Amino acid sequence: MKVTIDGIEIDVPKGTTILQAARMIGPEVAPPAMCYYTKLKTSGGYCRTCIVKVTQGSAANPTPMPKPVASCRTEVMDGMVVENFTNPDILEARKGVVEFLLINHPLDCPVCDQAGECKLQDLGYENGSSKTRYEFKRREYEMIDIGDKIKLHMNRCILCYRCVKTADQLTNGRVHGVIARGDESEISTYIENIIDNDFSGNVIDVCPVGALTDKTFRFKQRVWFTKPVDAHRDCKTCCGKTRVWLNGEEVLRVTARKDQWDEVEEFICNSCRFDHKKKSDWVIEGPSPVLRNSVISQNHYEHLNELKVQIMKQQKALGFMPIDKKP
Amino acid sequence: MGKKLLIHNDKVANIHTLEVYRAHGGYASVEKALKTMTPDQVTDEVKKSGLRGRGGAGFPTGMKWSFLAKPEGVNRYLVCNADESEPGTFKDRYLMEKIPHALIEGMITSSYALGAKSSYIYIRGEYFYVARIVEKAIAEAYAAGWLGKNILGTDFSHDCYVQVGGGAYICGEETALLESLEGKRGNPRIKPPFPAVAGLWGCPTVVNNVETIAAVVPIVNDGGEEYAKIGIGKSTGTKLISASGHINKPGVYEIELGIPVEEFIYSEEYCGGIRNGKKMKAVVAGGSSVPILPTELILKTAKGEPRLMTYESLSDGGFATGTMLGSGGFIVMDEDTSIVKNLFTFSRFYHHESCGQCSPCREGTGWMEKILKKFLNGTANESDVDLLWDIQSKIEGKTICPLGEAAAWPVAAAIRHFKQEFLDVARNKKFVDVSHYNRLNKINA
Repeated sequence: MKVTIDGIEIDVPKGTTILQAARMIGPEVAPPAMCYYTKLKTSGGYCRTCIVKVTQGSAANPTPMPKPVASCRTEVMDGMVVENFTNPDILEARKGVVEFLLINHPLDCPVCDQAGECKLQDLGYENGSSKTRYEFKRREYEMIDIGDKIKLHMNRCILCYRCVKTADQLTNGRVHGVIARGDESEISTYIENIIDNDFSGNVIDVCPVGALTDKTFRFKQRVWFTKPVDAHRDCKTCCGKTRVWLNGEEVLRVTARKDQWDEVEEFICNSCRFDHKKKSDWVIEGPSPVLRNSVISQNHYEHLNELKVQIMKQQKALGFMPIDKKP
Repeated sequence: MGKKLLIHNDKVANIHTLEVYRAHGGYASVEKALKTMTPDQVTDEVKKSGLRGRGGAGFPTGMKWSFLAKPEGVNRYLVCNADESEPGTFKDRYLMEKIPHALIEGMITSSYALGAKSSYIYIRGEYFYVARIVEKAIAEAYAAGWLGKNILGTDFSHDCYVQVGGGAYICGEETALLESLEGKRGNPRIKPPFPAVAGLWGCPTVVNNVETIAAVVPIVNDGGEEYAKIGIGKSTGTKLISASGHINKPGVYEIELGIPVEEFIYSEEYCGGIRNGKKMKAVVAGGSSVPILPTELILKTAKGEPRLMTYESLSDGGFATGTMLGSGGFIVMDEDTSIVKNLFTFSRFYHHESCGQCSPCREGTGWMEKILKKFLNGTANESDVDLLWDIQSKIEGKTICPLGEAAAWPVAAAIRHFKQEFLDVARNKKFVDVSHYNRLNKINA
């Protein structure tokens, strides 16, 4: 099936969603997604950040779709034409969605462990405005402990339902974990049932914001001061392939490996995540790929001095005076 | 006097019992359909009648029925949406309360057309006493052999169940209703797939409003063409209108589609004019979610033609100068009404009823309510009017289900037609009496 997204045509198999097709083309056309998660069935459709305009439904029926659609849940039709970043209405609508997501968000990034790898930060940076128009008291909840390893901070939650789906699909005997409705909705204590499961820690990885955090890592270090390396160990419960976040010789935390869309490649077990915090537990494969636009990639200061010398040499060659030595 | 097809017997004593209902020609459509017609013929009659969904959207019922997937060996279901929750709408309650057998008769006939072995009537939680009336009527119908195995000695067997909802507006949205009926949290599903393909328990399902199903009875009895003679153009047949507000005779009226709005408001047969001799200020023509219109636009379209009670005429001019027939919740406001206060009431409702699944509706409805509360508190600024407009435009059309629109449209229309009033309130030139809300808050506290 042929589909055109922002003027770029691609051939995709039947059953592909617009979002997946856009990701096949690349990040330049892929809409941001806060709730959709490839690994989780029935995820997506809630956050509305990935909305796109379908200007031509299909080759057979070229009428445009009347409303913007959630690209993560809409399958492509042959000859479909989609506008994402090229449509100003969509950008405006997305700005609106970001604003809605942020009006009740505490914006406590300076004390939030997710800062630096937070999808909401990225989204706000790309689509948000620098000023809030919301002048009312923000929604507040008590913090909840989900077992002894996971902290739920509902204030930061954007109700993407990813953790609910993870808990649903990795464990038995749970229906859903949201209570109350409307803007009082809450990821609820029912989710505590998942602590019995070996894979419960994965809710931390799927959470796009700092609502679910690893208690063994909380307040230890900002992520951009840690060094992520891919590592593995022989694990009987899971694949054992993880990302280990180091500070010198110290293992600060262990997470699953994530792909370029920030989605977990393979879920890992709690034992790998929480109980193996020694460097000797792991076989280190090498540095993890970090996206260039990630703040974590800004962290490599090892060559800073060398860089300074280089710059000074070049300045000298060009006849510039170093700034601090100006008369 | 306009022709009545649905509630012509409502004043007959004990019409809620099977005996009296039958004596007044009840269940004739079941006899006619099961004995003399094939299911497809029934569907054809409904198509010919031009009947449109009476729940609000006005989608042609015959077409909806023909979309129903019919794979071999898979159950099909008919679900009756009796979760009538739109503020200002109470027609289904009246129908079920007075003539419950009209609904059950329609359910049997429609199920025969659709080939549904079982059907469900999903009644909103607040209508628990109505559910009892309907349950009683179903028990009577079972006892008399209108429901159950081999109805009237034919091959057609049918079971009808009543399910009472938990009292959530969102469960009136068809996919949320199905979720709730399955025993889950009433969150709307993401479409496609539509219920006609994968509905209740993943089976093909038709969801119809109470009035739509009841209208199948006269269509089968008299024929679709006869039904289509009533009304104008694509608005055929009769419609129940729940009239409320500052009128002399509030109540449920059955009108022939096509009568002028002016006649409906001022004639003695219907609303009987504005009470206490006041002037009319505005009308919400189809339940609280449709755009409000000021007097000059509700009586005449922007082109100067008299506005009629039809789907087309009411929506003439789009949302700039028109509105919608919706579910037929006709709310009339006199000159003393504060549109600001009215809008706050509506917005508070939608905030309370938002399911919280998708972000624009979850966050936006609450935000709009808070801003409108500022108007009532006397702390609003003029810029808040523009902010409200911007918020509603960012909710509308960006949500999973139509609740986002339902919350956004009233705000948009109130600002579009009564902006000056909002500005006046913001400049504190007008006093908004909030004592009513203070009392309510005390009750809630």
